[in-house]
Amino acid sequence: MFLANSTSRKLLLTLVFTSLFTACNSPATYPTKTPEPVTLTVFAAASLTDAFTEIGAAFEAANPGVTVTFNFAGSQGLRTQIEEGAPVDVFASANTKEMDALVAGTFIAQDAPRLFLTNKLVVILPADNPAEIASLEDLEKPGIKLVFAAEEVPAGNYSRQALELMNAAYGADFKDKVLANIVSNEDNVKQVVAKVQLGEADAGIVYNSDAVAAPDLQTIEIPIESNVIATYPIAPLIESANAEISESFIAYVLSDEGQAILAKWGFGSKP
Amino acid sequence: MKRRNPRNHPAAPKGYLLWVFLLPSIILLLFFAIPLVALIFRSFTPDFFENALSPQAFQALTLSLVTSSITTMVTFVFGTPLAYLLARWKFKHKAWVELFLDLPVVLPPSVAGLALLVAFGRRGLFGAFLGDLGINLPFTTAAVIFAQIFVAGPLYVRSARIGFEHVDKQLEEAAHVEGANHLQLFYEIMIPLSMRALASGAILTWTRALGEFGATILFAGNLEGVTRTMPIAIYIGFERNLGVALALSVVLIGVSVILLMITKKLETADPD
Repeated sequence: MFLANSTSRKLLLTLVFTSLFTACNSPATYPTKTPEPVTLTVFAAASLTDAFTEIGAAFEAANPGVTVTFNFAGSQGLRTQIEEGAPVDVFASANTKEMDALVAGTFIAQDAPRLFLTNKLVVILPADNPAEIASLEDLEKPGIKLVFAAEEVPAGNYSRQALELMNAAYGADFKDKVLANIVSNEDNVKQVVAKVQLGEADAGIVYNSDAVAAPDLQTIEIPIESNVIATYPIAPLIESANAEISESFIAYVLSDEGQAILAKWGFGSKP
Repeated sequence: MKRRNPRNHPAAPKGYLLWVFLLPSIILLLFFAIPLVALIFRSFTPDFFENALSPQAFQALTLSLVTSSITTMVTFVFGTPLAYLLARWKFKHKAWVELFLDLPVVLPPSVAGLALLVAFGRRGLFGAFLGDLGINLPFTTAAVIFAQIFVAGPLYVRSARIGFEHVDKQLEEAAHVEGANHLQLFYEIMIPLSMRALASGAILTWTRALGEFGATILFAGNLEGVTRTMPIAIYIGFERNLGVALALSVVLIGVSVILLMITKKLETADPD
């Protein structure tokens, strides 16, 4: 057995890590302008799935030899994975809370995070709108099925903040009435979209970008005075093995080309 | 298949041959043990009991125990006759029936959840019909049980079937000659003689149902007290508070260990 020697534990650990994170960080001692292929590992909030996939492809085209691999998930889960030692080059979070936590844990340099986009909330409905929801106020109709992102997820937290703001327009118990209609708290915002697309839920609150990525859905705008605008920070990890490529990826996200791709997917430009 | 006599085993390997078997075994065992030990080790924080005994944890554990128990009972009621059919009857396309039973076990739970959603969801193949009757399954506790039965039920059927196949055919024939009808045969010969296989199958289904996650979160969603079972509470805890997730994991490991020990006891108990 090839594992039966003193390095077996190391080998085993390597195997586990590569299969768990599908992120083979090639030992890039010369980060740029080398023919050696480099893999950049980016952990990004689930809501960035479509836009970052496109940005990754554009970045790869502009930087031959560079492969960008993504891990899209809820920002909290990504943060925990990073804290537990996942080998990551760049982290893009859907809120500043998780980024601040990683700065506090010295995984990310103090002044490294930069805000790269804004994202507002919208209400989504299935194409045929079975519950006949015509306005935000209809969200309190008893018996309709709402699916929200869980309170622990940024989108879920913002949704509840927005409901709080809507109390001013629709009455002090509006938020509680709406919350009573929730049938499921999904662990990420893409699951909310999926449940509404399948018609299992009558409505949900998601980011504008999620609604743009699902054109078959109806949307109801949330007015600016009750909306909660998310700002997303991005930063390289201190322990990144590809520091320069990480920087140039972030520069690309902040560039006009990067921002244009983000705008195409329904994100607001950097604040 | 005859039960092997342990005394007829060849002698254990010696010398370097011993290591050929021992080393890979130890490595694989360590691979299984290290993550569990790490989990338990990491969960020992001052907050452990606060996390493990919180009302949320209690609610999730109760929901998990109740749903997985119902799953096991339903599987017993419907699965025992099916296992008997498969063990004793020969019929056309039996291989296909067996394939359908094995599929849910090997499929990823996410596929199972999606399949349940498009079958019993509001717009599903069968769900639309249920909707006309006023029944809405997704996001209900019943959906949790559906997901568990789909994923864990086949384990019981398989175990029960093997148990029935081990019952001596001559006993059945003798009972038949004595004038017992099929139902008596089933209740008075087959079930008592396969009790151990039935029980260990039921516990396998129970533990698998207790750990069900993928199909549940897709089909039943996540709502405290309604569909948030232990595995889902652990996953959501991972997003919010690692301490809670670790404490709940350790509780779930404890419950699973107890159930597996009971299974072991049943499997190694003296035959007859």
